[in-house]
Amino acid sequence: MPLLEIRWHGRGGQGAKTAALLFADAALETGKYIQAFPEYGPERMGAPVQAFNRLSDEPIHLHCGIKSPKIVVVLDPTLAETVNITEGLPEDGVVVINTTESPDAMREKLGLTKQKVFTVDASKIAKETLGRDIPNTPMLGALIKATGILNFDSMLKSVEEKLKKKFPNNPELVAKNIEAIKKAYQEVGR
Amino acid sequence: MIVARTGNEAMAEAMRQVNPDVVAAYPITPATEIVQIFSSFVHDGLVDTKFVAVESEHSAMSACIGAAAAGARVMTGTASQGLALMHEMLFIAAALRLPIVLCVVNRSLSAPINIHCDHSDTLASRDSGWIQIYTENSQEAYDSVIQAVKISERALLPVMVTIDGFIISHGMERIDILDDREVREYLGEPPKRPNLLDIDKPITMGPLDLQDYFFEHKRSEIEGMNTSLPHIEAVAREYKERFGRYYPVIDTYRIDDAEVAVMAMGSAAGTAKVVVDRMREKGKKVGLIRMRVVRPFPKNYLKELIQGFAAVGIMDRSDTLSTLGGHLYVETRAVLYRASHQPPIKNYIYGLGGRDISLEEIEEIFEEVLEIGKSGKVTEPVVYKGVRE
Repeated sequence: MPLLEIRWHGRGGQGAKTAALLFADAALETGKYIQAFPEYGPERMGAPVQAFNRLSDEPIHLHCGIKSPKIVVVLDPTLAETVNITEGLPEDGVVVINTTESPDAMREKLGLTKQKVFTVDASKIAKETLGRDIPNTPMLGALIKATGILNFDSMLKSVEEKLKKKFPNNPELVAKNIEAIKKAYQEVGR
Repeated sequence: MIVARTGNEAMAEAMRQVNPDVVAAYPITPATEIVQIFSSFVHDGLVDTKFVAVESEHSAMSACIGAAAAGARVMTGTASQGLALMHEMLFIAAALRLPIVLCVVNRSLSAPINIHCDHSDTLASRDSGWIQIYTENSQEAYDSVIQAVKISERALLPVMVTIDGFIISHGMERIDILDDREVREYLGEPPKRPNLLDIDKPITMGPLDLQDYFFEHKRSEIEGMNTSLPHIEAVAREYKERFGRYYPVIDTYRIDDAEVAVMAMGSAAGTAKVVVDRMREKGKKVGLIRMRVVRPFPKNYLKELIQGFAAVGIMDRSDTLSTLGGHLYVETRAVLYRASHQPPIKNYIYGLGGRDISLEEIEEIFEEVLEIGKSGKVTEPVVYKGVRE
């Protein structure tokens, strides 16, 4: 794999940073070199935030910001109207967005022609499975389905292990997150 | 073992494996996690360390000094304003020849208040008598913290190891960590040194020392710094033999047939390596020099290294506020004085307060240095890259 760069858009509290960390950890376990880093601005709950990933088969020396990511993952549907989520996206780029709208409607809204647009209602999935609108883990499932960059089962296993460590006293929450990832994997469409 | 760790996690992990006798620390962004993670190791019984929660960085370093003077193996961590608040005690730690290891996350100094990376905090401490090691990434930070314990105990000088704030401290990367047993076998018990608790050989540390002896003691401390480089190099060689990873005093990248070079330190050097690769693909003969050890300043190596280039661009993530330029630039100029060949050098001050430096900007620097190499002329010796003015 040549260097692959991903940008995550979310709002403070939605878990964009955590998603980037979980994704990088899962990629690491498949033998990749990885980076995961958030953009640290004046963070507030609900404010637009970004997080980033780099993945490669070779060691990664770059320590500058990511300006033209191949993949953009959007955790919050309202960001499409307030933030330039397609900034720097190349023609062969991919957008995976949490929205109730169809891929065609989103493509038009974002003014994209050549790039691939995938949509999934991750908020609904999160509310149904987790009981709260925390769409970060379902979006992991959507990202993998849309791009095929990692093996789904090994990602699932890695995320499960990480969540077990993070929530040692809440196996139910871990199971719900896994369910959410699986649902989004099945439901994401282009 | 291959794991994903942020720079802060990597440093805390190294501290856990070192299992120091005493850690006295006070949290400050972006180094807070080092102290926070380490304190959880203490709570969970994963280390035998006495953790001293203090009320300020001044007290943190004071407690470290006391513990080290009593013969303990001592570590701590801080950043920016915290390091500035330690300033008074830094000189005392060094002059008492105490082997303390300090993990510093580089962050700009106020004002205006800013929590992001530049190197002005540790460079403001460069004359305090501490050995300074600037690392490029989490892997090197991890390895350097372990090495620093050995270096400090051999050179009998305190050592600070730095990582770039947020870029490395909060960026997760793939690193290879050693087994606990390997680290503990490598470090062993600290060598016996004169200490305040050795009742068979009572000593005094830090008493009043006026015109009659202060100069001799200071001269001896200076000699300690002057002769510390071989210790740093020996540790680097041993570490390579044991664990396979090698970090020279000055790291170089593709300089063998390079016509010009750019010098940098910290995380931006990694980005600059990628620029070197890109320019090499276009047939441009450029290379990178990364200053890893800045105290002691490796003057002889640097002098020998850069005399051969047609021009050298020097990237500084700090300014000396002296009209002279950035720290690396000023010191490199001093090294070049009376050198038989003096390549033209130009200073690029960048990234203050965490301003990102892009591949394109670094490529512009290389292009300019190539031009300087051809013309031999530097019109503006100190410029600020990426600032609006």
